[in-house]
Amino acid sequence: MTTRFFGAPVKRNEDRKLLTGQALFIDDVELPGMLHAAFLRSQVAHARIKRIDVSRARAVAGVVAVYTADDFGAYWHPGPLLVMPPPIAGIVFNARTQVPLARDKVRHVGEPLAIVIAESRYIAEDALDDILVDLEELPAAVDLEAALQEDAATVHDDLGSNVASHVRQTKGGDYRGAAARAALVLKRRFRYEHGISSPIETRGVVAQWNARGGQMTIWDTTQAPVFIRNGLAAMLGLGERQVRVIAPFVGGGFGPKIMMFYPEEVTLPWISMRLNRPIKWIEDRLEHFFATTHERGQIHDAEIALDGNGRILGIKDVFLHDTGAYNPYGLTVPINSQCTLLGPYVVPAYDSTFTSVFTNLPIVTPYRGAGRQHGVFVIERLLDLAARELKIDPAEIRRRNLIPPDAFPYEQEIIYQDFHPLSYDSGNYEPVLDKALAAIGYKEFLAHEQPKLRAEGRCVGIGMACYVEGTGIGPYEGAKVQVQANGKVSVVTGIGTQGQGHFTSFAQIVADQLGVDVTDVDIVTGDTDQFYWGAGTFASRGAVVAGNAISAAAQAVRQKALKLAADSFECAEEDLVVADGKVSITGIPEKFIRLGELAQRANPMRGAVKPGTEPGLESTQYFGPPSSSTANGVHAAIVEVDPETFDLKILKYVVVHDCGTVINPMILEGQIHGGVAQGIGNAFYEKLAFDDQGQLLNASLADYLLPTALEVPRMVLDHTVTPSPLNPLGIKGAGEAGAIPVGPVIAQAIENSLELNGKTIELLEIPLSPSRLFELTRDGGA
Amino acid sequence: MQPEQHEIELIVNGTSYRRAVEGRLLLSDFLRHDLLLAGTHVGCEHGVCGACTVLLDGAPVRSCLMLAVQANGHELATVEGLAANDELHPIQKAMHQHHGLQCGYCTPGILMTMTAFLGENPEPSEDGVREALSGNLCRCTGYQNIVDAMLDAAKAMKTAAP
Amino acid sequence: MKPAPFKYVAVSSLEQSLALKAEYGDDARFLAGGQSLIPAMNFRLARPAVLIDINGLAELAGVDTSKAGEIRIGALTRYRALERDDAFLKACPLFADALPHIAHPQIRNRGTIGGNLSHADPASELPAVATAMGARMRIRSLQGEREVAAAEFFVGLLTTDIKPDEMLVEIALPAPKPRSGSAFMEVARRRGDFALAGVAATVTLDDGGRCTDLRLALCGVGETPVDATAAAVPLIGQACTDDAIDAIAAKVQQTIDPSGNVHASPDYQRHIAGVLTRRAIKAAYRRIADAA
Repeated sequence: MTTRFFGAPVKRNEDRKLLTGQALFIDDVELPGMLHAAFLRSQVAHARIKRIDVSRARAVAGVVAVYTADDFGAYWHPGPLLVMPPPIAGIVFNARTQVPLARDKVRHVGEPLAIVIAESRYIAEDALDDILVDLEELPAAVDLEAALQEDAATVHDDLGSNVASHVRQTKGGDYRGAAARAALVLKRRFRYEHGISSPIETRGVVAQWNARGGQMTIWDTTQAPVFIRNGLAAMLGLGERQVRVIAPFVGGGFGPKIMMFYPEEVTLPWISMRLNRPIKWIEDRLEHFFATTHERGQIHDAEIALDGNGRILGIKDVFLHDTGAYNPYGLTVPINSQCTLLGPYVVPAYDSTFTSVFTNLPIVTPYRGAGRQHGVFVIERLLDLAARELKIDPAEIRRRNLIPPDAFPYEQEIIYQDFHPLSYDSGNYEPVLDKALAAIGYKEFLAHEQPKLRAEGRCVGIGMACYVEGTGIGPYEGAKVQVQANGKVSVVTGIGTQGQGHFTSFAQIVADQLGVDVTDVDIVTGDTDQFYWGAGTFASRGAVVAGNAISAAAQAVRQKALKLAADSFECAEEDLVVADGKVSITGIPEKFIRLGELAQRANPMRGAVKPGTEPGLESTQYFGPPSSSTANGVHAAIVEVDPETFDLKILKYVVVHDCGTVINPMILEGQIHGGVAQGIGNAFYEKLAFDDQGQLLNASLADYLLPTALEVPRMVLDHTVTPSPLNPLGIKGAGEAGAIPVGPVIAQAIENSLELNGKTIELLEIPLSPSRLFELTRDGGA
Repeated sequence: MQPEQHEIELIVNGTSYRRAVEGRLLLSDFLRHDLLLAGTHVGCEHGVCGACTVLLDGAPVRSCLMLAVQANGHELATVEGLAANDELHPIQKAMHQHHGLQCGYCTPGILMTMTAFLGENPEPSEDGVREALSGNLCRCTGYQNIVDAMLDAAKAMKTAAP
Repeated sequence: MKPAPFKYVAVSSLEQSLALKAEYGDDARFLAGGQSLIPAMNFRLARPAVLIDINGLAELAGVDTSKAGEIRIGALTRYRALERDDAFLKACPLFADALPHIAHPQIRNRGTIGGNLSHADPASELPAVATAMGARMRIRSLQGEREVAAAEFFVGLLTTDIKPDEMLVEIALPAPKPRSGSAFMEVARRRGDFALAGVAATVTLDDGGRCTDLRLALCGVGETPVDATAAAVPLIGQACTDDAIDAIAAKVQQTIDPSGNVHASPDYQRHIAGVLTRRAIKAAYRRIADAA
């Protein structure tokens, strides 16, 4: 079988619709009789609800209904725990999940208190002003360390403390022994804050109950339509077949759109059933700062023990993780931090403990990188600091610690987010490092360029970081591939899509298998009526898991086509070739049957078929990886810092990445570009400014700074290929890679540019900013 | 009491429309939900993200920062008017060639901004393109491919220009 | 984020707009470019009961250079018109420097100078430029007209001297003096963002190269633009030296009292105010030399 499309930078099938403004996004859904919802959200972070009076709001012209928690009766209950705590010995885990509307207590700014349903969003927002809320404001738990003090305000009164979880994982030898033997022990406190996903399209839900048909249709900007269908069907007392969830074109997901059973998802369908009218809610940008989940900060007290050659003997890390007011997503984010800290390095002894802390802030769930950033920042900074102490080049110290290529699968033993012991399936790290160093011109820069520019008074510096990323986790995905009578191929899968090019990359897989043009493969994603089963698009798993399911289904269809054609020509299957939409006999191209014709023959209107025959040319297959496959990469950057204003300019940015077999290098590069851009935002521009009462001071895009085309540099990309042995296509995930190591790269490069090491100033926090750099470096870093 | 309605007449993508609208109706909502030209997207409603950018008498503006009533007597161009008779505009073709879009949500705003920019700046530098793009936020692409598409589109548009 | 209800009136004459404003006072707002007003209304931070759309008043737009020694700009003149007016930019180089920093082209295609100055955002560039240039604001009401110097016009945070029944109709700028150069610079997090600090500097020299006038105004470091011209007094009558400029920068830093914001600590603002003062004065001097 020749590959014509797989591995090629095929242009995207979905582009035309998007470029001409014809693609359906959630707010484009227009239904007769549709009503609009607006949520009254708490303006304070922590309070007891004494009274909510909606009577005046109900009387506003154009308002159809107003609901509070009590109106939902037995339907009101906390959402399900989406991710169980992993099976780790001694784990403490207190599950507290979000509710449809706050009742008794408000636990973060933005928590919904009431819903207004009106003829337009304009009127609904008007009516919000008429809702009287009597709150007894309470002190808010915001600072992580303060939240664990005896006298802290408790987010969940019944718990008696703000401990959401406590987890300790160790691997290898005893850390204390390692430290005792070490030539160098370094201990530092690191603060890493990730930001919010802030896609250009916010969230939205449209719920349409069809009473006569007994059908509920929900359009939802979700990354997990199947689970939304299952959960809502159960909650609404409907059969799963009565509920259809459609994830239309989604304007960027990045993780928070996979958080499930958001209040809006849960309440709108119920209301639609009550009012017997379609209801639409579109999150506005202000709401997005509170109503969609965040990733935020961790404080790490980390220690590394090394021998005189810079080899890691052990690492000990104790960290606090901010989980927000509720923890429906379990421990995915801090477990990722814990596991990803190990990086591509041999770490003989690892002792990592975290406490996940409830705070009166919005919920934290995975956002592109999903906690990996925090872990990578810690290890990469520790290695930089160790390199300086031991007078070893930063790239060299990493090289000395890399897991060797013959050590795979490399067992890391500790439990990962997929509940399996972390295992690196394959990898070859040194060539990636070498390529990155060559691409950035590492030696040349340090030896010649930097001294030359410094002599001109310019502050330029270089930084680099390595990481390993667990991707392609289970449980599974499925796909149905079907050749239609017109010869075009239909593919349906359960995952959703938010711009990653599934309509093309999945088509490439099928096109090669079935010998059709990639533009003749039609992909349907995100519609639960089209495909019943699936987990969703998250954790860099789409290509791996759905891709392999699609490949398996396409292969099965190919086999069916060959068999049918062989029967028809009365020849052996080996003598046939599948190409150009036809099956023909090798060497005799005029003896062919079109695939569409074969599909028709496989679905006769009359006559008898052999027992066990399935109609049509279609197949449904599933794929579930035995464990995650680990991608890896190295980023490097050369930056310039204005020594007076401390503004940052990234002069060169290099990414060398290994995600195994690549389906579409063009799409892959786009994913890396986008991830790095978010990483740059995280490192130097985006900061959630909460005050000590949990108020967000910069809840607008004017003050929450997303990088623009002037802040994101041109990037140089390269890759190596170490296929994954865990799936037939050898693919590893790539969606999050760009975003993961940018923080330490920028921190190291800034330190290097300002020659902070000579002034013993260390950058141990993210995000940075010109003002922060000024504060950290003034007076020689007091 | 019904809110006051204002009669407006405007041309969008060459077609004349006459409607009665409430004074406070935003132009972005009018285009999307009254005229059903949903290609113009809403991202922030405070004039920062640029997703809602349309051309008003040939100049790019934020449709979320205008009232529909203000468009009375004016000519608008939206993304739906870029392609002519199924043939994509050079700027759309270039974006396709260079993979300048991923989720596509910010794309219409970028197309309208850059069509106007390239019309006035037929030989832009990369810096000039980036500066022109800086008023449109994209969260997916990291901008690089968009920049390449625009540099390419500039050449194509110059060739096509009479 | 939809605006609260209001009565909308598109006026066809200045008299009509002033009559409405006199009737409704602070309950009414003028809608010009709307680039500051409408976002505030979408956030429901501003809820005017009446919106008086003055975009039809063509007589309020345009640059008038007919009067010698003076450049008069109609309040309804859009930034877009100013940045495409080469003669204007040449006559007012501070505007040439400042205009590209104002938001983005899409905003500048609608926003007006009158709207900007009336809004009086402390981080906004043009109030500082107007202050540095010694602009005079012409303000009208049904009762008549008055002129206010920039120094008296900006009275507080987002507050000007415009009374509830008045409208800013024109800005008068003195024509540039011979042997003078000016520069505006700012530090912002991203291009187009509000300034964390900005400095407008105009230098005038005599034939001997000694400074006869050095005007300085800052944005972003106070509730109004800060006129720091007093800090430059030691340089008057003197030749320019790096030390003198450093001293002025230090004095400016002592004079201002920035309050900080989510992007910058007060000390950082103070620090870059000094950096920008130094850079702007030097740039102003260089421009005199280049023009010679």
